[in-house]
Amino acid sequence: MSQLNSKIPAGSIAEKWSNHKAKIKVVSPANKRKLDVIVVGTGLAGASAAASLGELGYNVTAFCYQDSPRRAHSIAAQGGINAAKNYQNDNDSVYRLFYDTIKGGDYRAREANVHRLAEVSPNIIDQCVAQGVPFAREYGGLLSNRSFGGVLVSRTFYARGQTGQQLLLGAYSALNRQIHEGTVKMYTRHEMMDVVIVDGKARGVIVRDMVTGEIKRFGAHAVVLATGGYGNVFFLSTNAMGCNASASWVAYKKGAFFANPCFVQIHPTCIPVHGSQQSKLTLMSESLRNDGRVWVPKKKEDAVKLQKGEIGPNDIADEDRDFYLERRYPSYGNLVPRDVASRAAKERCDAGFGVNREGMAVFLDFKYAIQRLGRDTIAKRYGNLFQMYEKITDTDPYKEPMQIYPAIHYTMGGTWVDYNLMTTVPGLYSLGEANFSDHGANRLGASALMQGLADGYFVLPYTIGDYLGNEIMTPRIQTTLPEFEEAEKGVVAKLEKLFNIKGKTPVDHFHKRLGTIMWDHVGMSRNEAGLKQAIEEIRQLREQFYSDLLVPGELKNVNPELEKASRVADFLELGELLARDALNRKESCGGHFREESATEEGEAKRDDENFAYVSAWEYKGINEEPVLHKEELVFETIALTQRSYK
Amino acid sequence: MADQILNKIYVKVWRQNSPKAKGRFETYTVENVSQGSSFLEMIDILNDKLILDGKDPIAFDHDCREGICGMCSMYINGHAHGPDTEVTTCQLHMRKFHEGQTIVIEPWRSAAFPVIKDLMVDRSAFEKIQQAGGYVSVNTGGVPDGNTILIRQEDAEEAMDAAACIGCGACVATCKNSSAMLFVAAKVSQFAKLPQGKIEAKKRAKAMVAKMDELGFGNCTNTGACEMACPKSISIAHIARLNREYLTARFSD
Repeated sequence: MSQLNSKIPAGSIAEKWSNHKAKIKVVSPANKRKLDVIVVGTGLAGASAAASLGELGYNVTAFCYQDSPRRAHSIAAQGGINAAKNYQNDNDSVYRLFYDTIKGGDYRAREANVHRLAEVSPNIIDQCVAQGVPFAREYGGLLSNRSFGGVLVSRTFYARGQTGQQLLLGAYSALNRQIHEGTVKMYTRHEMMDVVIVDGKARGVIVRDMVTGEIKRFGAHAVVLATGGYGNVFFLSTNAMGCNASASWVAYKKGAFFANPCFVQIHPTCIPVHGSQQSKLTLMSESLRNDGRVWVPKKKEDAVKLQKGEIGPNDIADEDRDFYLERRYPSYGNLVPRDVASRAAKERCDAGFGVNREGMAVFLDFKYAIQRLGRDTIAKRYGNLFQMYEKITDTDPYKEPMQIYPAIHYTMGGTWVDYNLMTTVPGLYSLGEANFSDHGANRLGASALMQGLADGYFVLPYTIGDYLGNEIMTPRIQTTLPEFEEAEKGVVAKLEKLFNIKGKTPVDHFHKRLGTIMWDHVGMSRNEAGLKQAIEEIRQLREQFYSDLLVPGELKNVNPELEKASRVADFLELGELLARDALNRKESCGGHFREESATEEGEAKRDDENFAYVSAWEYKGINEEPVLHKEELVFETIALTQRSYK
Repeated sequence: MADQILNKIYVKVWRQNSPKAKGRFETYTVENVSQGSSFLEMIDILNDKLILDGKDPIAFDHDCREGICGMCSMYINGHAHGPDTEVTTCQLHMRKFHEGQTIVIEPWRSAAFPVIKDLMVDRSAFEKIQQAGGYVSVNTGGVPDGNTILIRQEDAEEAMDAAACIGCGACVATCKNSSAMLFVAAKVSQFAKLPQGKIEAKKRAKAMVAKMDELGFGNCTNTGACEMACPKSISIAHIARLNREYLTARFSD
C-alpha cells in the first residue's frame, strides 16, 4: 500500500552506513563543477551543507531570509551538543547514544538514521574544534562535558550557554570561506516562495527579494531545504519571529510528503507568558536542570498565597516543597526528558499548585546548588542565562527561584525523507529540523545541534552524490522553461491575492487566533473532540483570513506585513494537517499526548501494535483530504518497551 | 515584580520609505503598554495601530527576540539598544521608561550601513569583512580528534568572551568615527587566543582590516564608546590584541 521507500541499507545496524557509503555513487571533481545545488536556509544544517558542498566543488547558491546567515535561529540554542566521545569514561558509546535517542523519541524514529547520527556525532565535535569553536575546557586543556535530560552519562559539549551561537558561527565561517572562494553564492534577505519541478525532479526555486519585492528564478540540479521547523504555527513559541514553514509547505504542495506533523516538542523550562501583549517566549536552557530543582508547594493554601502575591517562594520551608519530578521519577529526577517534565508541570498547575498570578508556573530553584557549589560556580555555568532571566522578569534568580512553564520549542515532524535525506520529490532534500527523521516523537536535549550538523557536514555531502551522479549529463537548468514561468506566476498570484483582500484585520490577529486554537486543542494534551473542534475552527479562521485580511504597504518594497501574511496563509493550512495527524494517532507517545491513551498514573501509553509507523501525508489539492501513507517502523536492534524514567 | 501600565507615551521615530528617499521624524502616541512588555512589543502595538489607521507600519529588523541573533538595531534616546546595559533592543523592557515620556528612535547611522527603510539598515559590509578572513581554513572531514588540541581554560574563556559578538553593529553606530574595530577585533582576537587560529593569524588580521578600511568604516580613536554600547560587553582589550596582531603581521612582511 505504501509508496514510501526508505532505502534503509542492508546489514547489521552498525554496518549500514558503511555499507551504504561503499555502494553509492561518487561524482568526479571535473563533473562536480558542472552541477548546481540550491540550499535554502543557512542555519546549522544549511550553512554546514552549503559550505561542505562548496568545498567538494559543486556550484552552490544559498538563500536566507535574514540579513546574514549568522542570524538563523540555530544561534539561540543554549545548552549544548551531544556526541558519543566517551571522554568522561562513563561507559558512553555510539550504541548508548543511539539507544538513548530511540528511547527518548519514544520508539517512533527510524533505527538506521538514528544509528548513523550517533556514528557521525564524534566527527562533529572534531570539526567544530578545528574551526576554532571555543568549547568549554577543563583545567588540563581537555574538552568539558555536562549532562542533559533523558540520559545517564555526560556527553554534552558546550560553550557557556551559547553553544548554538558558537556552532553556527563555526558553520558560518566555513560558509564565508566558500563565499570568498566563489564556490557559494549567497543571497541574504531573500525568501523562498516555491520550488520548481521539471519532469518530476526538483530543478529550482522562486524567491522574493525582501528589499525590492522583486520575484526571481534560480535553477539547479538539486534543491536542499534546510528551513527549520513549524513551531510558530502556535504563534507563541521559542522560535524567532521570522521562523516559518513555508518552504516545507510549498514542497508539500508540490509532492513532498509531510511526516508526523503532530510530533511537537513542548519545552518544560520557558519563562511564563506575562500578558496579552507578548510576542514570543524565551527558553531557559535545559542545562539548568542539572543544578536547579523543580518544585511547587505541597499545600494548596501556600500556592494560593503565592498566586495572590501574599508570600514569596523563600517563605515556604523545605519540608513544604513538593519536588515533584524527584518524587515521581527517582532515578532521573529533574533530568527526565522534556515531554515528561512538561506534562508533570502541567499536571501540578492544573491541580491548582501553580505559583504565579495566573497559576501557570512552577519554580526552578538554584538555592540548593548555590549552597553546595557556591555562587561563583553557578555564575560560571549559567551566568548569561541568569542575566537574561533577570532582564526579562526583573527578578534575581540567585536570590529567588526562577518561574518556568512549558512552551512550544521544536518540531520533530517535518518533510518525509529517505535514508539519503531525499524527499518524495526526486532531487529535493530536507535537512535539520525541517525533516522528520531522527527524533521520533520527542527530541532529547542537545540533539538538535547534533542532527543539523550531522546532516549538513557528514550525511548530505555523501548521499547527494548518489543522485547527482546520474545528472552529470544534464546541462545547466534554464529558468526560461515554462515550469519556472508557471511557478513564478503562482507566486505573484498568491501575493497579489493577499495584498488585494484589503479587509480590516492585520495578519498578527489571525496568527494569534490560530495560536490560541492550536495551544488549547492541539497542545500539551489532546483529545478527539478537541481536535475535531480545532480542525473546524481553523477552517473558519482561514475563511475569515481570506475575506478580512489587511496588508498595508507596497508589493514592490520592504513589506514585513506581506511576508507574514504569506507565511500565516501556510500556517493556516499546516495547523489543520497537524490536528488531523494528532487525530489519526490515537496513541500517546513522546510529545503527543492523547488523553484517551494514558496509564492509571497519567503517563503516556504507546500503542505499538497499531501505531508503530511514520505517518506521511500526501497533498491532494486545496479542498481535498490528504492521503495518509504509513512507513512501518521496524525495530531490529532495540526491543520495544514502555518508556520508564522512574 | 508587578508591572504597571503606561497609559500614554510618545514615540518620535525616523521614517524613510527607501534608501534614496528623504527621511523625517514622525511622532506617534502609544497607549496602554505594560511595563512588562519588551520594547519591540511596544513597537508591535504601535504598528498594529498604524495599520488599522491605514498608515504604513514602521519597518525594523528583529528576529530571535532573545538577544542573540543580533538582528535588532535601534538607536533609542541617543543610545544603541536603548538605556539599559548589556541588552539588545529586543531585551529592553518598558519598565525602563516612564509615563508620558517621549522616546526618540533612529536607525544605526553610519555611511557603511545605509538605510533600507525606516529603522532597517544594510549591514552587508560586516558580511564582507567576515568573508575576507574570519575563518580557519579547514575543510569538512579529515580533522584530528578534538582532545588532541589542548587549550588552556583561560584561553578558551577569553576566546569565548570575544566570540560572544552578535554582529549587531551597535559599536559602529555608537562610534563617532563609525569604526568597526571592535567587531573586527572580536573575530581576530578569538582566533588569536586559540592554537587553531595561529597558522593564518597574520593573513587574517591584514585581510580583515584592509576590507574594513575599504568599506568606509572610520578609524579607532580609543574613545571606548563601543565597549559601553556593546550588548555583550566585549572589551576594547580585544582591539589592543587586534592592533598587536596587525602590527606583527605588517612588520613581518
